[in-house]
Amino acid sequence: MIVEIGHFALILAFAVALAQMGSAAWAAYQSDDAALSIAPSAAMAQFGLLIIAFSALVWAYVASDFSVANVWQNSHSAKPLIYKISGAWGNHEGSMLLWVLILALFGAAVAAFGENLPARLKTNALGVQGCIGAAFLAFVIFTSNPFARLDPAPFEGQGLNPILQDPALAIHPPLLYAGYVGFSMAFSFAIAALLEGRISAAWARWVRPWTLVAWMFLTLGIAMGSWWAYYELGWGGWWFWDPVENASFMPWLAGTALLHSAVVMEKRDALKVWTVLLAIITFALSLMGTFLVRSGVLTSVHAFAVDPERGIFILAIIAFFAGGGFALFAWRAPLLRQGGIFAPISREASLVLNNLLLSTACAAVFIGTLYPLALEALTGAKISVGAPYFNAVFVPLMIPLLVAVPFGPFLAWKRGDILGVAQRLVFAAGLSILAAIVAFAITQRGPALAPLGIGLGTWLIIGALSELASRVKLFQAPLAENWRRLCSLPRSSFGTTIAHLGVGVAVLGIVSTTAWRSEHIMVMKPGEPVDFAGYTLTFKGITKREGANYVEDVGEFVATQNGREITSLLPSKRQYTAPPTVTTEAAIHPSLAGDFYVVLGEANAGGGVVARLYFHPLIRLIWIGACIMFLGGALSLSDRRLRIGAPARRRASPKLASQSP
Amino acid sequence: MKQLLRIAFFSTLIVMSGGAALAVQPDEVLKDARLEDRARHLSSELRCLVCQNQSIDDSDAPLARDLRVLVRERLQAGDSDGAVMDYVVARYGEFILLRPRLSASTYALWLAPLVILLSGAILARQLFRSAGDRKASSPPLSDEEARKLRRVLEQG
Repeated sequence: MIVEIGHFALILAFAVALAQMGSAAWAAYQSDDAALSIAPSAAMAQFGLLIIAFSALVWAYVASDFSVANVWQNSHSAKPLIYKISGAWGNHEGSMLLWVLILALFGAAVAAFGENLPARLKTNALGVQGCIGAAFLAFVIFTSNPFARLDPAPFEGQGLNPILQDPALAIHPPLLYAGYVGFSMAFSFAIAALLEGRISAAWARWVRPWTLVAWMFLTLGIAMGSWWAYYELGWGGWWFWDPVENASFMPWLAGTALLHSAVVMEKRDALKVWTVLLAIITFALSLMGTFLVRSGVLTSVHAFAVDPERGIFILAIIAFFAGGGFALFAWRAPLLRQGGIFAPISREASLVLNNLLLSTACAAVFIGTLYPLALEALTGAKISVGAPYFNAVFVPLMIPLLVAVPFGPFLAWKRGDILGVAQRLVFAAGLSILAAIVAFAITQRGPALAPLGIGLGTWLIIGALSELASRVKLFQAPLAENWRRLCSLPRSSFGTTIAHLGVGVAVLGIVSTTAWRSEHIMVMKPGEPVDFAGYTLTFKGITKREGANYVEDVGEFVATQNGREITSLLPSKRQYTAPPTVTTEAAIHPSLAGDFYVVLGEANAGGGVVARLYFHPLIRLIWIGACIMFLGGALSLSDRRLRIGAPARRRASPKLASQSP
Repeated sequence: MKQLLRIAFFSTLIVMSGGAALAVQPDEVLKDARLEDRARHLSSELRCLVCQNQSIDDSDAPLARDLRVLVRERLQAGDSDGAVMDYVVARYGEFILLRPRLSASTYALWLAPLVILLSGAILARQLFRSAGDRKASSPPLSDEEARKLRRVLEQG
């Protein structure tokens, strides 16, 4: 019964989405102001209905109702509760339901918190949201129904792929989707503005918080996926340039560019046409990401849905929204008036450079990901485009961007003084050179350019802090004055500093682990100590253990440092019963210097075991950096909400508002 | 047919094992550390043909192992890195290279990022140029306006 209620709510949500779209179109064409209020109510109703539908599916999973085909295919009664719940979106149908739920959540948030939006813009944007919702709800209902029943009901389910039974993967898809789908708001606002043929700097101010939220979740979602790959796939790789990773990385690159160009539009009324185009591109890339993953067109480790019918359906959705968006843009963009002129050395110009490099990097990832498909379709020739290509193309684009980052926030709007900025960054430059020299001195091997990478990370961190220091006039004014200035700084300016600092932290992690990762593969006999990366490791033996839905062989390794026992490492090989699968679980000992990572291999005839030891220096900084970036976004968002939500307060403190970047 | 069955079997195995990488085995490692380094580098540029987007260095598929051993044999026989790659490509085709070679069918792949960057830069330059034009095109102050301006400035 509960499942039927969920199914019914899903279909009703589809009807409501159509009403949301239709009422907005009616209000626009008939200039009927009375109809303007329908779309916001519909958005709320759609969200409510989808909550019911999604809860019904989760309930079916928790109750192990195997009469539901989706539950039977992807769950098992012996699974731990958390994976029963996360199993609801660990499969194609459930994850698409989650996708539309999050889409509806964003729509409802605009309806609820967008009181200060012009009614027409709000309704138009919600109309576009309704249209996207209707398209994807049709996709779910007609090709991927999670509520289809089986008769007779099987006694036991088939189980969830064990590599997906993991806490990180339980929250990875919701975060990623919040990112993908969040960019639909920027898209809907862009389409709404194009339909009206009018766009102002205020538009950027309304769009930025939504884009920022989407970007924050996407950042966290990608980091989470990378972390999962690191500890689950068995040797400590954290980024593979896998097509599915690229599918989430492209919207991130475009979204990062969008965040920056929207700043120019908000503050200076410039780059309007480009910002609108970027909003369309970012969401088109999000749709493409959904398509690449969901259609199984790219055979890769992540693609667990292979069905051409679905692929064609999503392709039609992309063609409609991306194609329609670009066509509307080509038609209407000439109407948009460009404002705000600026010199080649200015804050605006630095953000143009940011956009140029990020967009090119995004295009390079796009080309690399799709080239083999296109080439095979056109000529039948099969080629592979893998990590070596992406590293060769992507890294040279990122280096100038990262070098330029600390300059940006220092530059004045309209016309900046590059020499003055350089002077204020002397301290950061000095420390970075010092860091590079220290890195060179303490490492004996690795690529010759790696110490420069450490210098680059330091440059980003100290450069970001220098900007904060100069704002509070550190060392130039008494401490009390510093403190007063610090307290009156807008949070968005802390946001910028912290987000840029996070990039620097991540760069340090990426460079260290890529350049100085060490590895040792050998057969270890019980009781024979092995020296590796400053640790002495002794293999004790293998014991059998039983988990909730698996049995495992656990190897015990004792790590000592200078004769003192540090930790016991327990890597294992797991045999899952449903479905029958073997996984390797690495044992990781984190320390300040890096992760000591042990993987258990095959047992050897002589009582020994193949062991793989890795040391990943500073690797945690990659994910810590991503979390810091998220935090920067959150700080900036908390400030913006205040300013947007309370225009009266903004008037009361004009000084505060004028100081923000 | 046997080969096909083998590939089918092992690809299922890999999908089942979730790509748990066990990769290089201790008995494969070469004694000569520099030769081994070269072997590892070459392995990371070669695709495991029965896996999904993994290099032979990361893969535990038997075919990947065969290829790793092959690469090491060629290196021990004194082949240069280029010669090893040529040898492997001659046997398995261009598909095995994770970094495609520059050829008629990959010019677009390698040159597109550069072309996009340059066209973007030219477009961005026009942004400043048109900004400059707009500034230049605003007419200079007439005598009357100049007088007014002076008066305002003196008063302020």
